[in-house]
Amino acid sequence: MNFLTLSLTLIFVLIPLILSKTLKLGLEKDSLIATVRSIIQLLAVGYILQYVFNAEHFLFIVLMVLLMIGAATQNARKKGASIKGITWKLFVTFVIIEILTQGILLGLQIVPPTPQYIIPISGMVIGNSMVLGILFLNRFIAEVENQQDETELILSLGGTPKQAIHRQLIAAIKASTIPTIESQKTIGLVQLPGMMSGQIIAGADPVQAVQFQLLILFLLLTTAVVTSIMLGYLSYPTLFNQRMQFMKLKQETE
Amino acid sequence: MNTIEKPIVEFMNVNYSADGLHILKDISGSFPEGKITTLVGPSGAGKSTLFRLCNGLSSPSSGELQLKGKSIHEYDPISLRKNVGVALQSATMIKGTVLDNLELPLTLQGQKIALTKAEELLQDVGLDESFLYRNAQDLSGGQRQKLSIARTLVNKPKILLLDEVTSSLDRVSQHDIEELIVKINKKYATTIIWITHNLDQALKIGHYTWVMMEGEVIETGEVSILHHPKNERVQQFVKGELE
Repeated sequence: MNFLTLSLTLIFVLIPLILSKTLKLGLEKDSLIATVRSIIQLLAVGYILQYVFNAEHFLFIVLMVLLMIGAATQNARKKGASIKGITWKLFVTFVIIEILTQGILLGLQIVPPTPQYIIPISGMVIGNSMVLGILFLNRFIAEVENQQDETELILSLGGTPKQAIHRQLIAAIKASTIPTIESQKTIGLVQLPGMMSGQIIAGADPVQAVQFQLLILFLLLTTAVVTSIMLGYLSYPTLFNQRMQFMKLKQETE
Repeated sequence: MNTIEKPIVEFMNVNYSADGLHILKDISGSFPEGKITTLVGPSGAGKSTLFRLCNGLSSPSSGELQLKGKSIHEYDPISLRKNVGVALQSATMIKGTVLDNLELPLTLQGQKIALTKAEELLQDVGLDESFLYRNAQDLSGGQRQKLSIARTLVNKPKILLLDEVTSSLDRVSQHDIEELIVKINKKYATTIIWITHNLDQALKIGHYTWVMMEGEVIETGEVSILHHPKNERVQQFVKGELE
């Protein structure tokens, strides 16, 4: 695809703009911002990746992954602003997930240790972990706020902070991971996953594309469960002090 | 408090502030062991906050709070909370049956309640043993309160804090709970500290009373002081002119 054919795809941006204008949906500004941002961000990433792939230097891979983790942390922290120290909790979670998944993939030689594999897979893992983190934090904060009476009841009866928050923690972990598990049940039946479709369009063998897609799916399952559990177990202790007293969630500043 | 009575909880210039509000102001005084002390006063007087300090759910901002002559900070929070039980107006129940709720204090310690013990506790609070397997969410307000008190008793607390446990109940249920409180006090020699809006109830059941207003203790003594309070604001409160 060249830039001329790419520019023709802007028709797909014009259609919603015209519809929004005609029906006074008020989506024009957001649609335009989203379009411009996606063009700039993706082109920039494309050129950066081209440079990193050509350089084939380990340091560039690490920097690229750290950039992804930094951006994911920055994005997800807004949702957990009421939890003390959420920024480093997210950062640690993403780093551990990345080490765990890449450790298995590279350690068992499931994929070759080249930037072409490491960076896109890291992007999918960290991106998915970020979405899971946001889902988890949204639900966990809501559960903590809504179940304060139950939390204090358990504390007042001599329960530990972990026992007092257990139900809320489990509810939030389940709620955030269920979409990943459910979507895997219908994958291939309702829609072909993006990565697999991309590979097939690019001319890859469909069976080979399916194999890679399965790898990603399994990877994302681990990512989903580990992200929620890690964030949960890192977050709940900050809700209590040393005297096992339940602290109020701090006021969100964002 | 009568000088002969032995104090079980003692406040020494206790202050408590939160969110920039000075909620408890220089509280000093004590609750006598084995007696029923009522806490009365208008809404927002800081009575419930005082309970939270006794149960260790909050800590004083300054001053000293002692339990049996020992600073409350010297107690392990878990053993403190087992010894100082609390039942609230909300009578919060966890999801599950009456039995699940009743044995919650033991479940938290990895134990189970003996069925005979569970039945005995229900009988103590005036609930039939057939209630054991009912859904706790289906109980009436009065039944929930009784279950809440029974659940607190599982830990065999030395002190029982009751926060407005009868205020949303009908007359019959109120009377049942009043009888229950007197029975617990006599049967287990439990010290009971009871927040109530109902002055008749305080006079009928309590041995001693504290009158609190705007975070301060205004008057304390035998419950009969409510008949002839010295303080002008307390007089207004007793006459129902303050809410």
